[in-house]
Amino acid sequence: MRMSGIRVLDAFAQAYVFVFRGSPLLVQIFLIYYGLGQFRPTLQEWGLWGFFREPYWCAVLALTLNTAAYASEIIRGGLQAVPHQQVEAARACGMSGFLLFRRIVFPIAVRQALPAYGSELILMVKATSLASIITMMEVTGIAAKLISQTFRAVEVFVVAGVIYLILNFTITRIIMAIEWWLSPHLRHPPAVKPALDAVHV
Amino acid sequence: MQQLSYFELVGFGPNGWGLALLTATGMTLAVALCGFLMGSVVGTFVAWAKLSRSLTARSIADGYTTILRGIPDLLVIYLFYFGGSAALGAIGSLFGAEGFIGVPAFLTGALAIGIVSGAYQAEVFRGAYQVVSRGEIEAARSVGMHRWLMFRRVIAPQVLRFAIPGLGNTWQLVLKESALISVTGLVELLRQSHIAAGSTRRPFDFYLTAAVLYLLITWVSTYLFQRAETHSMRGIRRAS
Repeated sequence: MRMSGIRVLDAFAQAYVFVFRGSPLLVQIFLIYYGLGQFRPTLQEWGLWGFFREPYWCAVLALTLNTAAYASEIIRGGLQAVPHQQVEAARACGMSGFLLFRRIVFPIAVRQALPAYGSELILMVKATSLASIITMMEVTGIAAKLISQTFRAVEVFVVAGVIYLILNFTITRIIMAIEWWLSPHLRHPPAVKPALDAVHV
Repeated sequence: MQQLSYFELVGFGPNGWGLALLTATGMTLAVALCGFLMGSVVGTFVAWAKLSRSLTARSIADGYTTILRGIPDLLVIYLFYFGGSAALGAIGSLFGAEGFIGVPAFLTGALAIGIVSGAYQAEVFRGAYQVVSRGEIEAARSVGMHRWLMFRRVIAPQVLRFAIPGLGNTWQLVLKESALISVTGLVELLRQSHIAAGSTRRPFDFYLTAAVLYLLITWVSTYLFQRAETHSMRGIRRAS
């Protein structure tokens, strides 16, 4: 929408990004989980109350809205980083519309945006811990419960921390692998096996 | 109970929560600022360790930033809150005190924010230091400046100049993190709106107000950081 050039769409998208990036995620979660409870009769009428009653769906909705704001900026950055010459060259070859997007713009933009998107994924994993505040029992929720039951803060903290570190480490590795796979032109050319060459000569 | 209008609810009248909300906003700013400054100090030292030649210092600093940027902030806050009171309780029992001793929530919050944002600021400072050109440092050394003088006159001003955009980002992170401190019971903006929402049964109005106040803070601080950036860059010619 930001790239569309239509002013209303641009303003709407900008406001969306500003609101969701500018306020704490916890406030957004509370607003959706507790705040929408104020409109319970209306929601029940619409048949949506079953959705907003569950902390799980509220957390998922808040995280989705929040990460969408961040991701849109990342994707916009990626699209803007596509060199103009590439697009012009593609047009000169007669590509247009969807073909141009699929063959030229999209691959380059994804390649540019991937590292930033990787750190956004890690932020997301960390943000899931906030769901524990609205009574969802995930890693941090269970950790807090265990700490208050056993008063052994450090041990529980270490275990929970290791779980998160493993998750994030795996994500980083996967992103690095995809990045490697997407950028063959930046890799060093593989060393030619000299023995085989010698045989051919 | 008759339904109050929105502006009566958040205004300064007899039924209004306006004053409480504003005080809580001040508390949010205070805890975020304390944490941010503490993080600057921590970050400076960690950045120094990361740039030092000693392998031990470097690996400790690397471990610190990796771990603290990899685990959720909420977990760190819980550690300080529960762990801090457990440690204080242990120390207290040495002196014959009985029972549970709570750590002041403000201190816990500021410490947790400081430790976490220190990891982010260390990276910002490290990046900014690497932009300072080698020639300037060599020139400072050649006119006979010692380490402290060189740090104060040459390195610190330039690092700060290049670090302003990164520091701005960290400040926004810190501000959002300060909302998490509400779990320890510190009456800051989110906690206050939680209390108000509970007693008036108007959660949507209060959380919306809280969100607007947070947006206001971020908006003003973005503006201030932009001003600071143009001010610090006034002597530099941009390539483009």
